[in-house]
Amino acid sequence: MTHLETVPLWLALPIALFLVLGSTLTLLGTVGLVQLRSFYDRLHAPTLGTSWGAAGIILAAILLFSWMQGRPVLHELVIGAFVMITTPVTLMMLGRAALHRDRAEGRGGVPAAVPHPDPSEGPPDVGALSPEDLESTRPPKAPPMAIR
Amino acid sequence: MSRLVPYPLLSLSLLLMWLLLTRFSLGHLILGSGIALIAGKAMAALQPAQPQIRRWGSVFRLVGIVSLDIVRSNAAVALLILNGGRHGARRSDFLQIPLTLRSQPALALLAIILTATPGTAWLEHDAETGVLLIHVFDMVDEEEWIRLIRDRYEALLLEIFE
Repeated sequence: MTHLETVPLWLALPIALFLVLGSTLTLLGTVGLVQLRSFYDRLHAPTLGTSWGAAGIILAAILLFSWMQGRPVLHELVIGAFVMITTPVTLMMLGRAALHRDRAEGRGGVPAAVPHPDPSEGPPDVGALSPEDLESTRPPKAPPMAIR
Repeated sequence: MSRLVPYPLLSLSLLLMWLLLTRFSLGHLILGSGIALIAGKAMAALQPAQPQIRRWGSVFRLVGIVSLDIVRSNAAVALLILNGGRHGARRSDFLQIPLTLRSQPALALLAIILTATPGTAWLEHDAETGVLLIHVFDMVDEEEWIRLIRDRYEALLLEIFE
């Protein structure tokens, strides 16, 4: 990081802009995480950091290191892609866990159990189902791995 | 061709990633291609459902729309956090949207889009009924959100995958 002074002004400005934008959004995301009241609201705040927060910092890094090393440095894009692909997994797991808990404890404000098969048909009539249907409604058998 | 490279897109993106992570040189091009081809073969052994991209034009339109929406919703949510949710007037709520989209890769893509745009969080999708449950950070108009997801994203995803 000894060559920072070689970065010309016209490049330093966008780098600084992206860096400040990205870090500000990430900071706001964490502020929201602390400040917001309900769990579901809190889910939204950190996504600021994983979308434009990350993108801004990545863009700044690409510009800066491409200049300093004299060749396009683009591997930060891979970080961005993986952050984008993996965030929904965590978010969905947290969200569904919270939903499950809230439904099990019967708290208000949570949409009642998912409208399963067809709400107009009411609860499934077990007697009318064929053995295959029954099989499919049972939870899948635990694989032997889970027992060990 | 299709037997040698069962997943051309996967192999191509792996090769691209390899070249991004290393310095570009002939050696890395050859090594990366080899690894990409082997990975494609390995993927074929797992036999996942192969997504078919039908319209490339729609892919680019979707990317454009989504990038724009990500910027916009980032600004909106950041502003809401700054001014304390319009000084307490913000209302967040759950929203159920019946989807016609069934293809798994398309649903995965929709999940990524909804997560990447702050303000909407994907919670649950019922594969049987196709009802998607999301949580909306700033619920102003339910119809507006349903229209956004159905007409803006789902319609394009349907064009691309189904």
